[in-house]
Amino acid sequence: MIVTRRTAIAATLAVPAVASAQNDPIRIGEINSYTSQPAFLVPYRNGWTLAQEAINAAGGINGRPLATIHRDDAGKPEDAVRHAGELLNNERVALITGGFLSNVGLALGDFANQNKKLFVASEPLTDALVWSRGNRYTYRLRCSTYMQAAMLVEEAAKLPAKRWALVAPNYEYGQSAVRWFKEMLSRARPDVTYVAEQFPALGRIDAGATVQALAASNPEAIFNVTFGADLTNFVRQGNTRGLFERRAVVSMLTGEPEYLEPLGDEAPEGWIVTGYPVEQINNPVHNAFRDAYRARFRELPKLGSVVAYDTVLAIAALLRKVPNLETEAMVDAMAGLKFQGVFGYAETEFRAADHQSTMGGFIGRTVLRGGKGAMADWRFADGRAYLPSEDAARAMRPAG
Amino acid sequence: MLGNLVVQALSGLASAASLFLVSAGLTVIFGVTRIVNFAHGSFYMLGAYLGWTLATNLPRGHVPFWGGVVLAAVIVGLVGVVVELLLLRRIYKAPELFQLLATFGVVLVVQDAALWIWGPQDLLGPRAPGLRGAVYILDSRFPLYDLVLIGIGIAVFLLLWLLFQRTRFGILVRAATADREMVGALGVNQRLLFTGVFFLGSALAGLAGALQVPRESVNLQMDLAIIAEAFVVVVVGGLGSLPGAALAALLLGQMQAFGILVFPQITLVLVFLVMAAVLVVRPYGLLGRAPAGHAASLAPVEPPIAPLSPRGRLVAGVALVLALLAPLVLADYALVVMTEICLAILFAATLHFIMGPGGMASFGHAAYFGIGAYAAALLVKHLAAPMELSLLAAPFAAGIAGLAFGWFCVRLSGVYAAMLTMAFAQIAWSTAFQWVDFTGGDNGILGVWPPAWAVPKPVQAWGTLILCLGGAFLLRRAIFAPFGAALRAQRDSVLRAEAIGIDTMRIRWFAFAIAAAFAGLAGALFAFTKGSVFPTYMAIPRSIDGLMMVLLGGVQTVTGPILGAIAYTGLHEQLMRVTELWRAVLGAIIIALVLFFPRGLAGLGARS
Repeated sequence: MIVTRRTAIAATLAVPAVASAQNDPIRIGEINSYTSQPAFLVPYRNGWTLAQEAINAAGGINGRPLATIHRDDAGKPEDAVRHAGELLNNERVALITGGFLSNVGLALGDFANQNKKLFVASEPLTDALVWSRGNRYTYRLRCSTYMQAAMLVEEAAKLPAKRWALVAPNYEYGQSAVRWFKEMLSRARPDVTYVAEQFPALGRIDAGATVQALAASNPEAIFNVTFGADLTNFVRQGNTRGLFERRAVVSMLTGEPEYLEPLGDEAPEGWIVTGYPVEQINNPVHNAFRDAYRARFRELPKLGSVVAYDTVLAIAALLRKVPNLETEAMVDAMAGLKFQGVFGYAETEFRAADHQSTMGGFIGRTVLRGGKGAMADWRFADGRAYLPSEDAARAMRPAG
Repeated sequence: MLGNLVVQALSGLASAASLFLVSAGLTVIFGVTRIVNFAHGSFYMLGAYLGWTLATNLPRGHVPFWGGVVLAAVIVGLVGVVVELLLLRRIYKAPELFQLLATFGVVLVVQDAALWIWGPQDLLGPRAPGLRGAVYILDSRFPLYDLVLIGIGIAVFLLLWLLFQRTRFGILVRAATADREMVGALGVNQRLLFTGVFFLGSALAGLAGALQVPRESVNLQMDLAIIAEAFVVVVVGGLGSLPGAALAALLLGQMQAFGILVFPQITLVLVFLVMAAVLVVRPYGLLGRAPAGHAASLAPVEPPIAPLSPRGRLVAGVALVLALLAPLVLADYALVVMTEICLAILFAATLHFIMGPGGMASFGHAAYFGIGAYAAALLVKHLAAPMELSLLAAPFAAGIAGLAFGWFCVRLSGVYAAMLTMAFAQIAWSTAFQWVDFTGGDNGILGVWPPAWAVPKPVQAWGTLILCLGGAFLLRRAIFAPFGAALRAQRDSVLRAEAIGIDTMRIRWFAFAIAAAFAGLAGALFAFTKGSVFPTYMAIPRSIDGLMMVLLGGVQTVTGPILGAIAYTGLHEQLMRVTELWRAVLGAIIIALVLFFPRGLAGLGARS
């Protein structure tokens, strides 16, 4: 074992030095917007707990258990940065992980770069995190806005529709989703036109007026990026006003249980969505995960649970690969790191070129089953197929 | 085409109806009690959650459904009464806006309580029985329920109008809105009146919330999403004016419905643009009137401020020496916290400068903090300016913004001025948010790190300590200087101040700009300690944080903001680390402090 400065200091402070270094937990700092995004993050936290317990029950990492210190940033990047400092200085964590909102993810990524510490972003979707503002110390698990858009465009291009209307929340995620969707769809189908765009403020959609404005443009198909409460209100007004009748709808994230479940029996039918058909996936890896989750928390996992579980798995795979907890070694080991995620399909790999993982997603159509929304005709979409080539991705990273 | 326009107008009317229901309660409460009730949005959210619980548990049918809506409203009304009896009644005599602190505590507690009771998931309630469908209006469909909602809005307006015109209670409410002292002098039982008004106002909020259940999902963000808009409606209409609230809700609903046809991205800022425009033209709102007499507050006249006693000087001196020595011994993270507290002190001191001696409340002070941060970050990003230059330039940028915005704000008084500052802050915020090419949008500006010499935490701590405490000290000097005396004079009596030749408007204007400039310095320093700048730096929550620090410390004392900043930032930081329920605990602590130290933390020392 290479003696780093930190282990040297620890050795001088701790009395049974050697024994403690071998059995001490490996500390991980996790920062997320727990109080501002509870719908996603409560299942996320459950998934995290489950994964960590499973790893520790199986003997941890070379005999050392994982210990995670969670912090709530309340949705503010400045608080996230403060917590990161605290976790590194006071709690002596080996790496930082987490993040839900894109701007929090970017702030943490930049902080990691400045302080030369590893940041494994779990959920933030923004493309900037790995491309325009990507850096050596930041890796991201979740399939990004670009990848989600690419999956949907593939299906959208097959539709006969030529007149498209778009609706997206007015912040970076919504704007980039719309931009990518238009760019890729126009490339695949030069004959399409975009007849209306609506950008309601996040969480404050005026659903009636928005639905009416879209209907007024009389589109043949609609691309939707709203989610959460905005989506629910949009769907309810859209159903009542007949916006979705005889129109194709392509919708991002809507198949995730987080957003589909609250819609209950008003879940729209026949929408092309990305999501997570949790109860239908049938393979040994996912079945084991789902059973364990249900046994522990008495409900089905949500996508947040998967993201958290996979993040822990990725970190565990990383820690098994490195001889010690030195950041540079861990950062190097992250490039090309492979692990088997709980979706149970293709192995996930963190691409060396752009630090984006190839974690995939599911694409399918929404249907109503037993008074609830579900996904039908779905398939697993491997993230690899929906990313730009590694060379193209490298070219998008000014920081290398 | 015509059909679309008609239906769009009806959609606007439906939004207006629900906005009116929320705002009616808020305006009635404000009119009588002069309390800026932040918890009104929480009551709205509670109404929605209760409405959901009742609608899903009661049997289906017209009577249970509408009965459930009314029951939810009554329960929320009773919750309002409890809050009034246990909390607000005890602090009516506190300085103006102090009650805001208490209601903010209630907001925090309700947020965690709702999460605990109803869980984190968005809840979609059942539709109203018989109102699931839509009607055809000129070939376009319009939801039946929205039509009913418009009807309910009109009915509630008429009922309230009857209540206020035809009943004794209503006449007393109107009398108290016009001149509260006079009503008291005539022997009216004010306590009963206040409690009654609180019940009515809260029940209206609950009703509005419960009526949203068939339209929208119920979620934990409802409270803060509605409160800012409700305030805008109340202020645009004129505080305490029911027809004003109706008119403003109508105006905003239609602006929203048609605005998005022309500028789809305008929803972010539209309401605040409207408010700014209205307040600039009509300083007391559309149907509001200038308050009669000096009825702004029941609080006793503020004592003149005194310089620190010798003992106080000694304590301050020792504290300063300790703070200067701290970076030698403290660990890195403790220094980060210390740096943040220093920044909070300067930020609170600048807000106190205009609130305390200036007598002008601001709900949008974060704008200047944010503009300073953005100025520094943009200089670094676009011109590769060194940190030293950026720190020098930031106060100028913020000061200029202060001069520009302040010119409008200082013409108004009381809550109107405060709301105008909020409107400008929101306009600045949405500029940062939407101008993606220049400001990076909500993804912010990254890589605003200090040069190598300023990277070590002790250096940063010393630097911020000296600059922030220096700034706070200069502001303190200004308060005791002739300028500060003039500022306090115009606060206590505009008429007398003018009579002795003080240009009150100009004094207020300069004070506003000075405060803005120092806030900009705090913002720029903050940017360099965080390494990045985001629109959240000038969002409403930061303005509220500033208000809380000043109110917690005590508006009337010069040391107040310092104590308030230390207490609030320290509490916040500690609680966020130790408990998931930090909001509830922080809220409970704020409520307790309000109850036991109604003059703020600094007032405690002054009294004993």
